[in-house]
Amino acid sequence: MRFALAGNPNSGKTTLFNRLTGGAARVGNWPGVTVDKKEGICKYSAGAIAIVDLPGIYSLSPYTPEEVVARNYIIEENPELVINIVDATNLERNLYLSTQLLETETPLVIALNMIDAADSEGLKIDPQALSGELGVPVVPISALTGRGVADLIETACRSAAASRKASSVLEHSAMGGEFRQIVNLLAEKEVEHPVFHAVKLLEGDKLETDELKNRSGALSEEITRIKSAIKLDAELENDFAAAVADARYKYISGRVRRAVAGSRTADKLTASDKIDLVLTNKILGIPMFLFFMYIVFHLTFSNSFLWVEGLPSPGVWLQGLTEDFMSFLSAAALRLLTEREAAEWARGLLVDGVLAGIGAILSFLPQILMLFLFLSIMEDSGYMARAAFLMDKPLRRFGLSGKAFLPMLMGFGCSVPAMLGTRVLESEKERHLAIMLMPFFSCGAKLPIWAMFSAAIFPDSADLAVFAVYTGGIAVAAVTAVILNRTVWRGETTPFIMELPSYRMPGARSLLLHLWEKLKGFVVRASTVIAGATVVIWFLSNFNLSLSMVEANSAGSILGLLGGAVAPFFAPLGFAGAEDSWKAVVAVLTGLIAKEMVISTMGILYNPGIEGDALADENAGALLTGKLAEVFTPLSAASFMMFNLLSIPCMAAVAAANAELRGFKRLAGVIFLWLFTAWSVAFLIFNIGSFIGWR
Amino acid sequence: MEKTLAQFKPGEMGRVSKVTGEGVIKRRLFDMGITPGTEIYLRKTAPLGDPLELRVRGYGLSIRRTEALSVLMLPGETN
Repeated sequence: MRFALAGNPNSGKTTLFNRLTGGAARVGNWPGVTVDKKEGICKYSAGAIAIVDLPGIYSLSPYTPEEVVARNYIIEENPELVINIVDATNLERNLYLSTQLLETETPLVIALNMIDAADSEGLKIDPQALSGELGVPVVPISALTGRGVADLIETACRSAAASRKASSVLEHSAMGGEFRQIVNLLAEKEVEHPVFHAVKLLEGDKLETDELKNRSGALSEEITRIKSAIKLDAELENDFAAAVADARYKYISGRVRRAVAGSRTADKLTASDKIDLVLTNKILGIPMFLFFMYIVFHLTFSNSFLWVEGLPSPGVWLQGLTEDFMSFLSAAALRLLTEREAAEWARGLLVDGVLAGIGAILSFLPQILMLFLFLSIMEDSGYMARAAFLMDKPLRRFGLSGKAFLPMLMGFGCSVPAMLGTRVLESEKERHLAIMLMPFFSCGAKLPIWAMFSAAIFPDSADLAVFAVYTGGIAVAAVTAVILNRTVWRGETTPFIMELPSYRMPGARSLLLHLWEKLKGFVVRASTVIAGATVVIWFLSNFNLSLSMVEANSAGSILGLLGGAVAPFFAPLGFAGAEDSWKAVVAVLTGLIAKEMVISTMGILYNPGIEGDALADENAGALLTGKLAEVFTPLSAASFMMFNLLSIPCMAAVAAANAELRGFKRLAGVIFLWLFTAWSVAFLIFNIGSFIGWR
Repeated sequence: MEKTLAQFKPGEMGRVSKVTGEGVIKRRLFDMGITPGTEIYLRKTAPLGDPLELRVRGYGLSIRRTEALSVLMLPGETN
């Protein structure tokens, strides 16, 4: 058996899904859209049921991908039953979706969630009476504690066995007569779910009317004729969709109210309202939001936790642990291979290729864990909606909502978790845009480049140079966002109509499950790209064209040759003009793989034969500083830095972008935009600078 | 005196008389329960003046001023 789970956002749907399936879910995505599809198995006394979690929606009107997905699933895939979870503290709006689900023929059970919370707010809801009004079973539950869930499953199994007659609120409305005529017409033609389709046709739903026109012109005309006889109230301005919505709410507030005794007093503040007095306060709201965001950043990326010099924050500490583990593993593997007298290439492949790849994947997990811990707390507690509320105005002109703030901020730490974090954004366009802009926020791995170059080229104003890189990146992001919104996404403003749910204590179970899902998702979706790229790069940088091993990244390596070959492309940017030009180009190329490699590569190339990594070794670092001061002018250094800042951040980020964009064309577009922006900005800096006589 | 919801001050309450405007936004507003006759209380505005926080049908809803422009109101009492 297959049951679908439908309900409004914030109704406790995810909690119930976890409760029913024990948290073991298969996460995929719905065909054609980047909406997560979750499926799990509910085991109960008499067997197992597949539970499909439909996206959280307010209505079945087909305006968002989520709504289309949910509607198509129920109408076309015919699950045995739909469990409609309804928030008892917000009954009127939640039942609006229920009135639409009732119009299908699919058996339906209503799970009345948070009945205890409604109770303590003074709302006495009678499930029996509600069931009588709606004509389907209503089971009071608490998804958080699990109360009533066993009863829900039992009721659902019983209802799935029986058939159900569709019903619509329109039967009781002023246009009831005409509505029944349309239903009968469709039923004669043996259309499945005739009531549902009749309502959609009456509403003038574009998808449905077009489809009908194609199938039967005569039927379509007949229905138009019936519709023309209906006189709507003046304030509805002949808008049938509005009339139907109005009829639904009239029905709910008229009939369903009978099942509710008592009411919330309008002027009494709930606990949630009191929290909002502070958190969305006119003066305190934004400073507190920024403070929370700083705390999150601090906990994830800081090297001086609680402002104690050298004390790692939990995120950095965890990352250190994974690094220690990986270096232990590499050392052990190397020892073993040397003992067995393995060939040099085999040692290299295993240690510098495969193990380095696994290490690269693992090293991102701690920061993904930290970011998603905070994102989930914000989401589950209801604060995320407030973040959007507070930050909507400043971010709107860039085509982003306030929810984008935290993922973007995390971009200054690491693009990989930040890109995965864009999943919290509502629209596909917004996620796409946020991912595009992410590399422009200078991440932690780029900092050594800025440090090295500012020490070498701008020794008197090193702090200013680093500051300029960060603000320059933000400026480029802002300009890019504005341009994209006026060209590619012209006229595509998503309306901002957002629920501010009551604050709730996040449940530990849900948090842990969400974190587990996210980490697993990253490993599954991104690991092949990262591990594959690491092995390929190891090969390109350690072998020459006759396939014998050379010093890593040297002129003779395939990568070195590649650097020479693409140097003309970089020539207009100023840092690839001189005879040694290919060295800077190879450094840039390795930077596309991982920004940590830029300085290490430069150390090897500019000072061959020197022991030690320029990134870690003081002596090698000092030698490179001296060399860079000779090779680069301030202007070519600025151009080089901007190119590194704005281009492809690293292979792991490409893998993360791929996991979120889920489409090769979209990924290719994003990568093109990064390279294009990096090249153009570096070109402008170098050439405008040269023109006005800078060096 | 009719006015739009965008002209409401925090603390003001009123009833929806009509929702104007184009398809998607209008439909969304209806879906979220802003239908003719519904009582709306403007609780506050965001610190930067936009969006608005409303109380509709017993729950909190946030919309921008541009969307509020298409909601025509019959003002009621002020809290």
